[in-house]
Amino acid sequence: MTDQSMTSEAPAQGRGKPVAERAGIPVGLKRAALLIGLIIAIALPFMVKNFTIFQLTTVMIYAIAILGLNLLTGFNGQFSLGHSTFIAIGAYTTAILMEFGGFGFYATLPLAALFCFIVGFLFGLPALRLESIYLALATFALAVATPQLLKSAPFEPWTGGVQGLLVFKPEAPFGIPLNSDQWMYFVTLVIGLVLAFFAVNLVGSRTGRAMMAIRDNPIAARAMGINIALYKTTTFGVSAAYAGIAGSLSAVVVQFVAPDSFTFVLAIGLFVGLVIGGVGSIPGALFGGAFLVYVPNIAEELSKGLAGAAYGAILLLVIYLMPAGAAGLVRAIVMKVLNRRA
Amino acid sequence: MELFAHQILSGLATGGIYACMALAIVMIYQAIHHLNFAQGEMAMFSTFIAWQLIEWGFPYWIAFFLTIAISFVGGVVIERTVFKPLHRAPVLAHIVAFIALFAIFNSLAGFIWDFTIKSFPTPFGQQSLFGSGLISAHDTGMIVVTLVLLGLLFLFFRHTRIGLAMRAAASNPDSARLVGVRVGWMIALGWGMAAAIGAVAGMLIAPVVFLEPNMMLAILIYGFAGAVVGGLISPGGAVIGGFAVGVVENLAGTYVPVVGQEMKLTIALALIVAVLMFKPTGLFGARLVTRV
Repeated sequence: MTDQSMTSEAPAQGRGKPVAERAGIPVGLKRAALLIGLIIAIALPFMVKNFTIFQLTTVMIYAIAILGLNLLTGFNGQFSLGHSTFIAIGAYTTAILMEFGGFGFYATLPLAALFCFIVGFLFGLPALRLESIYLALATFALAVATPQLLKSAPFEPWTGGVQGLLVFKPEAPFGIPLNSDQWMYFVTLVIGLVLAFFAVNLVGSRTGRAMMAIRDNPIAARAMGINIALYKTTTFGVSAAYAGIAGSLSAVVVQFVAPDSFTFVLAIGLFVGLVIGGVGSIPGALFGGAFLVYVPNIAEELSKGLAGAAYGAILLLVIYLMPAGAAGLVRAIVMKVLNRRA
Repeated sequence: MELFAHQILSGLATGGIYACMALAIVMIYQAIHHLNFAQGEMAMFSTFIAWQLIEWGFPYWIAFFLTIAISFVGGVVIERTVFKPLHRAPVLAHIVAFIALFAIFNSLAGFIWDFTIKSFPTPFGQQSLFGSGLISAHDTGMIVVTLVLLGLLFLFFRHTRIGLAMRAAASNPDSARLVGVRVGWMIALGWGMAAAIGAVAGMLIAPVVFLEPNMMLAILIYGFAGAVVGGLISPGGAVIGGFAVGVVENLAGTYVPVVGQEMKLTIALALIVAVLMFKPTGLFGARLVTRV
């Protein structure tokens, strides 16, 4: 499992062109898609039921975490099957600060991000020594250990043990006529957009190019004077901070944190979302999030007893149909249409 | 002191389980250079097949070998149908396919045989060996079978043409193809063997942990731990790693007060991380040197 074989073929095409053109889809088309998407995103919460709004918010929260994972795996080539841990840390940071520190939710958000950044950075240090599959396992170990640690006696006074903690959902401030579900939807949307904007710029910057150089060929990257250790650990930190923000948001949206919400199943789910959405694609994260929220429900409806098998079958089917993820499929279709016209 | 000896022995007994699983993991890792997350569920499914055969009235040993044969064929079929089409897909897609297989087997087993816990017979008997109360006959049998399996694998890979071909296909597919090794089938063979070893592991483990669709999850994680501690590429290392994990888990559970029973899993994982920190390729692994 070498670093080269891991990345899909996507970034290879069009090297040397300006950054915006690399993906192959013209910038104008991308902007138009973004605009239409935004209009739909703003209009949706006024047209659907509260439960659907809650689901859409969850999609965006997953998308934020997947985006973080994508920065790490897709752009820096480091595996993680342990991002549920950082979501848990973010969620518990918010819950504990609100419960015991009397903090408001908005004040806890940057603290959760910062704390996750630090933990992620520190975990990135031992991760430096591990390559591909070993790193995947070490992070997987982290994911498996997390619920046990949260339940364990030394942490129980703070984490509430198995029972977890209740969290209050903030209402819309300043008398804005939105219910709390709609309000949290918009809060998540804005935070998600900011984070996506940050990710796009990060990837397009000198730092982003260094990250990708390390992914594609660490030895050549080092020869070019890139400080591999610094970039890798920082990317780990940033990625963990994204997951932490997602965790913090999920704590207030679900209004509850408990150890069993953060099992390795969540970590594997994020990984699946990353691959399904498209490794190395920023908009793909949204698709990955939607997959995580809706496909298990679809599988459940196909067959109650065989929900797991149906989920697995759908997963296999998706992998066959689009091995480069949803983003790869969209890119291929758009390119085909454009080429035919030209 | 007696407690200590007892814990070591019972650690070795559980270690035998992990060693068996680690062996299966290393087998598949050698063939395809991926970790198969569905390995445990495949082993569980095989064990259910054995259970079904015994329910239908087959004698234990016939069911045992029949299950091994079925699992071998099943492993080959899975490789040919599920993974061969994904040959050119990125590695991350393969891992997702493993996850899909995991979900499918778990759900199917629950659907066919339901989630109630079943007991599974042991061919060795549950009585204590030599009346010492330290280690049961089944545990001993399990360790012996694991060691025999290891010996057979060693002979197979070292002294048969097909074993040599499999090693060649794994270490350098392109060159192997040039000298006439059918690499695709060698990979399928690796899957079949891994499934068969998994079936043996499952059937030996089931009398201890009881048979149910989720029986393998913790064992798979310990198996991974054993395989990683051993270095992933060495079958002997995997067996030693498996035993080491079992012993460390038991000792920590007994002597470190905070750990107790429910934190045992965390200990095994701390062990993985600790070993990887000091020896990033495991105790018996070799560092891959790449040419630039």
